[in-house]
Amino acid sequence: MTSFTPARTLTWIPRGLALGVLAFVIFGPLTNLGLWAVAEKWYFPHTLPLQYGFSFWERVFAPRSNAMASLATSVTIALLTVAACLAVSVPAGYALARLRLPWRGVILLAFLLPQAFPSVAVYINVARIFYTLGLNGTVAGVVLVHTVHGLVFSVWITAAAFGAVDRSLEEAARDMGAGPLRSFFGITLPLAAPGVMASSIFVFLESLDEFTGTYFVGVPDISTLPLLMFNASMGGNFQIAAITALILLVPSVGFMLVIERFLKADVLAKVGH
Amino acid sequence: MAELHVENLTVAYGGSRVLNGVSLHVRPGEFVALLGSSGCGKTTLLRAVSGFVPVDGGRIAIAGRDVTRAPPERRDTAMVFQSYALWPHMTTAQNIGYGLKLRRWPRQRIAERVAEMLRLLKLDGLADRNVTQLSGGQRQRVALGRALAINPDILLLDEPLSNLDARIRLELRHEIRALQQRLGITAVHVTHDREEAMVMADRIVILNAGSIAQIGTPEEIYRRPASAFVASFLGADNVVPLQATRTERTLEIAAGPDHGAVSLPLGNAGAQVELIGSGPVAAHFRTESVRLATAGQAPADALVLRGHITQTAYPGGRWRYGVAVGGTVFLVDDDERRMVGDAVAIVIPPSALHCFPLRREAAGTA
Repeated sequence: MTSFTPARTLTWIPRGLALGVLAFVIFGPLTNLGLWAVAEKWYFPHTLPLQYGFSFWERVFAPRSNAMASLATSVTIALLTVAACLAVSVPAGYALARLRLPWRGVILLAFLLPQAFPSVAVYINVARIFYTLGLNGTVAGVVLVHTVHGLVFSVWITAAAFGAVDRSLEEAARDMGAGPLRSFFGITLPLAAPGVMASSIFVFLESLDEFTGTYFVGVPDISTLPLLMFNASMGGNFQIAAITALILLVPSVGFMLVIERFLKADVLAKVGH
Repeated sequence: MAELHVENLTVAYGGSRVLNGVSLHVRPGEFVALLGSSGCGKTTLLRAVSGFVPVDGGRIAIAGRDVTRAPPERRDTAMVFQSYALWPHMTTAQNIGYGLKLRRWPRQRIAERVAEMLRLLKLDGLADRNVTQLSGGQRQRVALGRALAINPDILLLDEPLSNLDARIRLELRHEIRALQQRLGITAVHVTHDREEAMVMADRIVILNAGSIAQIGTPEEIYRRPASAFVASFLGADNVVPLQATRTERTLEIAAGPDHGAVSLPLGNAGAQVELIGSGPVAAHFRTESVRLATAGQAPADALVLRGHITQTAYPGGRWRYGVAVGGTVFLVDDDERRMVGDAVAIVIPPSALHCFPLRREAAGTA
């Protein structure tokens, strides 16, 4: 028995307004981005672009353009960062999940530490140290910075993924005659693979999007997509910035959908434990 | 088929002793059940034999070879886990064939052996099924097949039936036993289920607090429990304190507040008495091995306890009564329908009595 009293109808007005504001906050900038990506001519005081087209897209996607080179650099750095993170997080995650380590909580927390300090302050000092080591402006230097940043996801999620693999499954393999390495690569790793995969995707996306560290350590020799975007928008080249942003958006959204499939509840429940 | 020697085995976890010098010899082809309540060390003993628990002292030998310090993969044992421990990323056939693959069998022979195991365990047609799609009973069969496929020296069963439905459990019990006898494989089975151990095993090892309380055939431990603990654990948990004197052929029981004096025969058909001379004893008897008589009609050749009925239940077959004698309530089965409040006598034939010298703790342990 629903009855439409005026009072009840009135309560919908603030809710509707709140939802409207929320939608504007989320979709407003995205709409602006979308418009800029296809605008040929757009200047004050006009509310909408004066002319639409794809000529800037041609410039961005030209084979020898800065954008393509930056994209290649970005993807290379991201892949190397994933490899570096995995090299640390697979053994570390397994140890954290299986061995009775003293100071387990402290070790887990230590990986969170790089996130705890103001990043600009940290990266200025990192850049200074890298400069003396000759790592400034090299891919290796940027990969190192991204790896330290990515390790927290990588180690925490990987440890959770290994923790979610029932120990008796490993024991069964050992019992059947498999050595420790064989049972790890034959049983444990395949079963933890979805979680390890998800952590790699996180690291990949973080590296792809990372700006501050790349800026302090990499500029001017290394140009990644976020740096290109920054330079473009600083130079008033909003079309290039918008198109670059859209390019960055594609893997983010795509992988987020994949991660949702990979990260099962039993793994998520063990993150940080 | 191989024998297992466990000598004076000691295992401790973080300072506390879980096994206290356990010695056990399992003969080739024998089925031995380790029986005990949780925390008694039975699973630890099994895991020490399979190599998952480091040993502090003593020796383990399988088929004459000392494996005390060998890692699990260097012991020719195969374990069936309580949780099945099947690998969810493999099919039924891959699970069963894994041990053979590790042994570098050619693919053709593995396929034949897996097919043989599937037939043996009535899993035909499930070879390519993912193990996560199988029922509990089927999963445990696959786990058994995986263990048997490698034809191990010793088959270890770690409460393999405790996660299954009652009906499937009974079915698998007999299947495992029949298979073990047919293949002549040496098996060690851990369980907390008394009936399961009695039905399946050639010999039963009763563990209590990390030590062996008794080893014997099912009949031996049932009819002649070695201690008050074993008697209680095997169902003789009605305990009445008596004053008794043991003579050469008889047990003389002095009259008490609820029973008269009686002289009972000893020996195989008579009472079991672990007493020398005279003194207080704890007399254990089973709910199902005694009967009730209407007050005043009790026979003279049995121990008779006078009391009245406080509770009735019908578990099927016979009636079960709670009978208060003095301050204690005993559970007794009887054929006749009786009422709460009826004055009755519990008739305990000599063969149903297991008497142990009464010390401070003897009556309480169960």
